[in-house]
Formats: sequence, structure tokens, C-alpha cells
Amino acid sequence: MMKQLFPIKHVMGYIFSLVLSVVALAVLMDGITYTVGLAILLICAILQAGTQLFLFMHINESKDTKTSLYLNIAYALFVGLVTIFGTLFTMIWGY
Amino acid sequence: MKLDEFFVTGEPMIYAAMVSIVVASLAILIGLTYFKKWGYLWREWLTTVDHKRIGVMYIIAALLMLFRGGVDALLMRAQLAVPENGLLDAQHYNEIFTTHGVVMILFMAMPFIIGLMNVVVPLQIGARDVAFPRLNAVSFWLFFAGAMLFNISFVIGGSPDAGWTAYFPLASLEFSPTVGNNFYSISLQIAGIGTLLTGVNFIVTILKMRAPGMKLMQMPMFTWSILITSVIIVFAFPVLTVALALMMFDRMFGGQFFTMANGGMDMLWANLFWVWGHPEVYIVILPAFGIYSEIIATFSKKNLYGYKSMVASMVVISLLSFVVWAHHFYTMGHGSMVNSVFSITTMAIAVPTGVKIFNWLFTLQKGRISFTTPMLYTLAFIPIFTIGGVTGVMLAMASADYQYHNTMFLVAHFHYVLIPGTVFAVIAGFHYWFPKVFGFRLNERLGKLAFWLITIFFNVTFLPLFFLGLNGMSRRMYTYSEGSGFGPLNMVASIGAVGLALGFVVLCYNIYWSFRYAPRENVNDPWGGGRTLEWATHSPVPEYNFARTPNVKGMDAYWHSKKENQPLFEGKIEPIHMPNNSGQPFILGVIFFFLGFFLVFSWWIPSIIAGIAVIIMLAARTFERDHGRHIPVKEIMEIEEKHGGELV
Repeated sequence: MMKQLFPIKHVMGYIFSLVLSVVALAVLMDGITYTVGLAILLICAILQAGTQLFLFMHINESKDTKTSLYLNIAYALFVGLVTIFGTLFTMIWGY
Repeated sequence: MKLDEFFVTGEPMIYAAMVSIVVASLAILIGLTYFKKWGYLWREWLTTVDHKRIGVMYIIAALLMLFRGGVDALLMRAQLAVPENGLLDAQHYNEIFTTHGVVMILFMAMPFIIGLMNVVVPLQIGARDVAFPRLNAVSFWLFFAGAMLFNISFVIGGSPDAGWTAYFPLASLEFSPTVGNNFYSISLQIAGIGTLLTGVNFIVTILKMRAPGMKLMQMPMFTWSILITSVIIVFAFPVLTVALALMMFDRMFGGQFFTMANGGMDMLWANLFWVWGHPEVYIVILPAFGIYSEIIATFSKKNLYGYKSMVASMVVISLLSFVVWAHHFYTMGHGSMVNSVFSITTMAIAVPTGVKIFNWLFTLQKGRISFTTPMLYTLAFIPIFTIGGVTGVMLAMASADYQYHNTMFLVAHFHYVLIPGTVFAVIAGFHYWFPKVFGFRLNERLGKLAFWLITIFFNVTFLPLFFLGLNGMSRRMYTYSEGSGFGPLNMVASIGAVGLALGFVVLCYNIYWSFRYAPRENVNDPWGGGRTLEWATHSPVPEYNFARTPNVKGMDAYWHSKKENQPLFEGKIEPIHMPNNSGQPFILGVIFFFLGFFLVFSWWIPSIIAGIAVIIMLAARTFERDHGRHIPVKEIMEIEEKHGGELV
């Protein structure tokens, strides 16, 4: 019963994602340099995305849709990177 | 806020609109009560989760918005017909071209396409509904709430007036202090959530719910176009969501993202807007390509030429659509490197599009062509769209664009791609799939009359704009002097607009006439040349679509089962599992409408209450157990018998 109400993997994942959010907020504290802050944010973001994808969105669970799932993620990465670096390119580097 | 600021005042036209809105609403309410249709409306439509009915509601909403946007267009053409015209003042004109753009793209083209895909895609892949029927209803009601919120802006609070692109700094609180642009950011946000959910829904539907045996590379071309469109929706709309949220922060909470002071960057809005905005262009054009592919194959009695290259070109277009956005602001002042890169990527899009045009032409070659109304629209599309495409390549050259930028040439160009591209396609698709939903075809004579009026007067309206643009007339100017010499060509364009409106009147009359007098056919395949699965089931389609799941062995399954006399439906009839209707999506839409309305006017306490109501609705859904219902075999047999013909 307790196991059904509190599936250990998901509870831990939930706590972990909350911890990650708090750590990300810690960047606001005094005495953290820009570089360190950005590094913390990046690491937190990657871990957070991984937790969500694997634990709560079950990305690795079904075999038959594997290709289309990873193709979709590749597409998403493409669009995300293009948006970020394209914006930097048009608005700052190439301005 | 005082009452005279709340309602828009001082314009006789607006007062007339208010009166007509009140009269029309009263007429609808009284009519529903008099004919005792409230229960019918609630049970059959407002609470429905049936993909066909949701599709029909999308299309009705789109037609209403076509009327709204069309009236805007007519007012603009009336104002520009003669030099120094005083029909509209500058402010009113600004509001009209802004709402015309937003309404036509987001509340006419998008829902029309989403409506058609709702009706057709599950039928084409042999499914009984979409993957998440309840979510589909939520999508519709969120879109509808957003559309209604945007539309009331013109009598309450004032419409947005910074163009459909809402460029900063003009759209900032400093230069647009009225609530107009709040309406823009919030209603688009609400409708955008609906669109995003539709994208997710259709990706899952197409990937997971195809009939047994149908491989990805055997799907009908329209379904392929919708799959790719849904992928673009899912990846492009989040950018708009973020941009609109930042806009909301800037306008309502003192944010500085797009301001010119405190480290803000006003052009970042234009950048983010077009990161979404250019893929959006392909969101409305790729389904059109899909519709044309179906129609050309059907009415040429041939299979589509170059199936694989068609799919590949759509995938390439979808990728390229994400790397061309800066061509919308070549003149912003970035370096030649940026402009060159975006010039090249833009011109590259002409290649896959050209591949598609040639594939259609090769499909037509040696086909037995029947000139039905949908086919006429398709045949007219090819040359007219090519003009739009070629002028697009002209605009793609960054250095030349310094001449064309923001002139009527641009206006002519995008109407030349969007009208023959999207509008002709949705009208053609509407005629083509109409019998599938209602069991009878629209009248061909009236349909062809509307086609000729629309096609001829479309060119009369927009061809002069190319020359006006080259002569230096810029877009969005509310009047011009006689000495500019813009008068005669503008007059021609305005006359064309009246003709175009006449064409749409004939189109609407055709719908009315056919509902009253068109012969009821009730045959599966009224056009006689149907190739794909939607023509295998009854018209009108029963709520479960297919009594037995079709067994697909290859491309154009219905056509081959007819030709080779192989049964498409085998096995015995079993009880069918269907989702239950629900009032929650409708209620959620109503709450979102009020949430949006309160936010627009920054009424915080009501906003918070409405926001909590939204969360309660979501929580209620989470704890609800609804496993749907089963239609027993006896009932299925009764429905099948009523439809007559072969058991499917």
C-alpha cells in the first residue's frame, strides 16, 4: 500500500527536481561570479531536463517508438540551438 | 476605469457594430429558446469530443472570422480607394489592419486547417478518433476563447493598433498606452495553448493510431503534411508563448525586456516573433500542399507522382522554415554576413517547393482530369502561387529588399502566397470533404461561379499592389496625396476587393442552397475517384468512423481494394470503445476567457479567482475516472443498416 502511494523512484525524482530548482535559485546569492552562476544554471538545467525526460516522461520505456522519439528530440535540439545561436548571431555577433 | 474608457466611443461605425452584436446575440438566444435547442446544443456540440464535430465547429468559427477579417479588408480598401479619403482616421485604420492580420492568420487560416485535419486525419488513417479526444475539445475551446477575447476588443477597451507583428517599441506601454495590445498578448496566448495541444494530439494520433498494416511511408499525403505541420507547431509555438509572456511582463508588470532603456532590446521582439512567425507561415501552407496533393491525385485518377520526394521536400521545408526568420527584417541594420546567410537559406526553400510543384504537374500529366470545383481551385493555385513564390525569391535578396521592404509589393507578395496557397486550399478541401461530413455535395454550378469570381477578382485586387509597391507606396499608410499618382491603381484594387467579397457571398449562398436543395447522395465515395481510407466508410460518417478496423496493405488502400476487389474490412463486428462527452473543456474555455479579460484590464482580484478556477478544473480532471463507453454490436448493426450499402 505504502509502496503504491509512494513509488520510491518517483518520490526521489520529485525531491531531486525540487532540490535542483532551489540550487538554481541559489545563483542569486551574493558573492557568486557570473561564470560560476552560469555554470551552475547549465548543469542544473541539463540534470533537470534529464530527470523529467527519463523519470516522468518515460522516454526509454517503449521499444517500438524509440526511433521517432529520438528523432523528435534531435529536431527539438536543432530548433533550440538554432533559436539561441541564431538570435545571438543576428542580434549581437553579426549586428 | 470609467465607463466611457471601457467601451469604445465616438465612432458611428462602432456604435452600429455594438447594436448589431447585441441584436445578433439576442436573436441567437431567443431562437435557441424558441426552438428548444439548448439541450441539443449542449449535448451534441458544446460537450462533444467527436473529432468530426470539433472539426465542424473549428470550420464554422473560421468562416465567422473570415467574415470579420474580410470586413476589415473591405474597410481598408474603401479607405484607400481614393486619395485623401476621410472615411477612417489614422487610429481606426491602424486598428483595422492590425486585427485584419491577426484574425486572418490566427483565427481564420489556422482554425480552418485544424478543422479540416480534425475531420479528415483520423478517417485517413483508419482510426476511430484522435489519441486524446478530451484534449482535442480543450484545444478547440481555448482557441475559441482566445478568438472571442480578441474580437470583443473592438467594442470594449479598443483594439490593438501596432500591426499584427506588434513590433516594439511601438507596442510598448509607453507608445501604446491603451489596453489594445494587452488583448493581443493574452488572447494569442490562450489560443496558442490550444494550438500547441492540437500539435501534440495529432503527432501522437498519427504515430500511434494508424490502422494495422499502414506504414509511415504509405500514409496519405495530407496526413503526412499534418504530421510535419504538427511537429513544426510543437517546436515553433513555445517561442511565441515565451515572447508573448515577456510582452505581458513588459506591458503589465513593468518588465524591461523590449524597452529601449535599462538593458532592454526592442528588436529582440521582432527577432522572437519571427522565430515563431516564419515557421507559422509553413504551418498554414504545408497542410494546403497536402490538400492539393489529395485533390490532384483523386481528380486525375492517378497516384501521386513522386511520393517519396513529396515527403522529403516537406521535411526539408520544415527544417529550413526554422533558419530563415531574419529575412523579415533585413533593414534592421545587422551586418552583411547575417543578411547573406538568411538570403541563401530563404532562396533554398524555393528548391523543395519547386520539387512539389513539378510533382503535381507530373501527376496531372496524362491523367483523366475532371474539372470539379475543388480541382479548379487546385489548378488555379499552381500558376498564381508560383507568382507569389517568385516574388518571394525577389524579396529574399537582401540588397534588393531595401527597396521592397514594407511596401505594397510585400503586401501583394504575401497575399499571393497565402490566398492561393492557404485560402484556396481550405476552400477546395471544404468542397472536397464536405460530402463526407454531411452526405451531400455542394452545388457545382454555384461552386464554379464562386471560384471564377474569387480567382479573377483576387488578381484584380492584388496584382496592382505589386506596381504600387514598386512605385513607392508603403504599406500601412492610411491615406496618400493625389500627387503621388497612387490613385488609379488603388481604385482598381478596391473594385477587385468588392468582386472578391461577392465571390465569398456566392460561396456562402452555395452552402445555404445546398443544405436546402442539394440531392442527398449518402454514398461512400461521391466523387467516384476516392483513393484513401476516408472514402471507404459511410457518408455522413457514423460516430465510430469504421465498424471494423480497415486492413491496410499498401498506399491508396481504398482505391486498390476497389480495383483488385479485395475486401478492406474483414472479421466480425465487436463492441466499439468510445470516449464519453464532457462539459469540462467548454467550462474551462469560458473560465479562460474571463481570466484573459480580467488580465487585460489588470483587474487582479478577479484574475486570481479565475486563475484558481482554472487550477480547480485541472485538478478535477486529474481525479476523475472516465473509461469511456462501449457501443454494443446490436446498436452498431442498427446504425450500419440505417446507412445502407455495404457493411464497412
